[in-house]
Amino acid sequence: MTLFILRRVIQSVFVLLAVSLVVFFAVYAIGDPVELLVSPDTSAAEREVMIRRLGLDLPIWRQYLVFLGNLAQGDLGTSFVHGVPAVELILQRLPATLELVVLSLVIAVSIGLPLGMIAGLAPETRTARTIMTGSIFGYSLPAFWQGMMLIFVFAVFLNWAPAAGRGDTVSLLGVEVSFLTADGWSHLILPAINLALPNLALVLRLAASGTAEARLQDYVKYARAKGVRRGRIVRRHILRNILVPVVTVIGVEFGSLIAYSTITETVFAWPGMGKLLIDSVYQLDRPVVVAYVMIATFIFVTVNLLVDLAYAMLDPRVELEKGAS
Amino acid sequence: MNAPSPNAARPLLEVRGLRTVFHSLAGAYAAVDGVDLSIAPGEVVGLVGESGSGKSVTGFSLMRLVDPPGEIVAGEVLFEGRDLLSLPESAMRAIRGDRIAMIFQDPLMTLNPVLTIGEQMIEAVTEHHGVGERAARTRAIEALGQVGIASAAQRLRQYPHEFSGGMRQRVAIATAMLNQPDLIIADEPTTALDVTIQGQILHEMQKLCEASGTALLWITHDLGVVAELADRICVMYSGRIVETGTADDVLDAPRHPYTAGLLGSVPSVNAPGSRLHQIDGTAPPLSARPTGCPFRTRCGNVLPVCAEIDPPLAGPVPGRGWRCHNPMPERDAA
Repeated sequence: MTLFILRRVIQSVFVLLAVSLVVFFAVYAIGDPVELLVSPDTSAAEREVMIRRLGLDLPIWRQYLVFLGNLAQGDLGTSFVHGVPAVELILQRLPATLELVVLSLVIAVSIGLPLGMIAGLAPETRTARTIMTGSIFGYSLPAFWQGMMLIFVFAVFLNWAPAAGRGDTVSLLGVEVSFLTADGWSHLILPAINLALPNLALVLRLAASGTAEARLQDYVKYARAKGVRRGRIVRRHILRNILVPVVTVIGVEFGSLIAYSTITETVFAWPGMGKLLIDSVYQLDRPVVVAYVMIATFIFVTVNLLVDLAYAMLDPRVELEKGAS
Repeated sequence: MNAPSPNAARPLLEVRGLRTVFHSLAGAYAAVDGVDLSIAPGEVVGLVGESGSGKSVTGFSLMRLVDPPGEIVAGEVLFEGRDLLSLPESAMRAIRGDRIAMIFQDPLMTLNPVLTIGEQMIEAVTEHHGVGERAARTRAIEALGQVGIASAAQRLRQYPHEFSGGMRQRVAIATAMLNQPDLIIADEPTTALDVTIQGQILHEMQKLCEASGTALLWITHDLGVVAELADRICVMYSGRIVETGTADDVLDAPRHPYTAGLLGSVPSVNAPGSRLHQIDGTAPPLSARPTGCPFRTRCGNVLPVCAEIDPPLAGPVPGRGWRCHNPMPERDAA
């Protein structure tokens, strides 16, 4: 177990290095931030000073080495635009995004899993077909369109919930959160639903196919032969068996939601990491973009490790020592 | 041999005219086609037949565990006088695993891989009796001890993959015994196991049932197995019972050519060195069952009448009978 975790941590370091290399050079290729940072009437001398101050006079590979050197000391660079450390900027926005992502996953699982199991237990019924057909909309309609429709219907037309912003926040252990105020909830709910829908559909379909397969297994028939009640068969025998794929998907989606939340955050003007990323890309604020990608990768890698550890708990046949990555 | 069969007194289980069909696009095929069967308290009955003869479907039909596209369409399954087929599902559930237990063929597939052995044994008790988990655990430990599993308390915390095939089948037997059922239906429980383990399991099963007075319906394709175990034997072919009688009668003086053929192909009951017999052809698919007697296409004793009239089950005494127009010559049972 310890050996497994250690090996995974070492692998993760290499993943992070590779990602940093790619993103650093990619951002360099997008354009010259100096053009955006200085006003057109600045003198050439002032321009030179600024370029040197930002370290942009060095060749790209030297810039990268400087970046790596700072990285080793825990410094991911300073925002060109805001003049504060990029990490600080991102971590300020992290709670808003995490709040959104966690709530959307809770929605996806708490609705998708039961609906999927209902559909999987009796696949031939009309209810099951309705659920499965409905789930197609969940992942085939584009997220930004779903977001706009949610705003149109619930914010503009019905006026049930606000369309933008984060609402009132309260401080919880030094972190500003929305989900503890009524106003915060009303702001949170639409973007969370928007972010949840594709995953709800995904969890639903996974649960449905898993349940449809599991219910025909001999162990279910055997449990029935023991006189186990249907409710218990579903909750213990079937649910436990379909949890492994569901947990995998939730883990992987947790990482990608943090990335995909950019769209939702933009549509709903939610002040999270994703919104910051989009703003930073527009402003060619290289350190923030690079730091964002690094942090997102780090979260991704960490969650994947946690998912692997969760496997071993859910499926006793999984042996972590033998599985490589 | 001519004494009235013990089940004449008061059968524990009496099956009459059981018919289970499987629906398909081309129509319904009867996998079990009018089976009569009776089991006395404490009796061991062997239900013997080839793959596809309907013996397993018969077992599942008794438990009402036939899943679509299968359907029980006719017959009665009288258990202590109550017809199981007309019970509401909740009452049937209360009987399953408590009064009638079942052991499945493949122990690798029947235990849930992600639940501990303990949970799977304990639920068999707590779902039927209002006892606490602790009491159920104690009973599970006892039952595992009875089937020869050492350090049972630790074993309960383990998962199925930590058990060998033979061990898992012992767990299934222990689970079946937990509620001291009146009847255990064992569907080829030793087929998937090594021959040495087979013998042990057979022996343990016999001992346990004898000690607790549990009746046993042992479903198998292996006449050698029932020869060691059964009081009475029913031979099944193409969804019907083609010969029935005490184990001695059926094994020593088979009258149906199919039974005789099966016996000829068992190494353990034939003289060493003698050539094993083989029944020609294969069992007909349910969709293409011949007219008249379904065995006639493979039968050495076939007469013209066999193609026209399906012979009824008939015999000299209650509990002994065969379905054949031209049975094997009578021999005295040894």
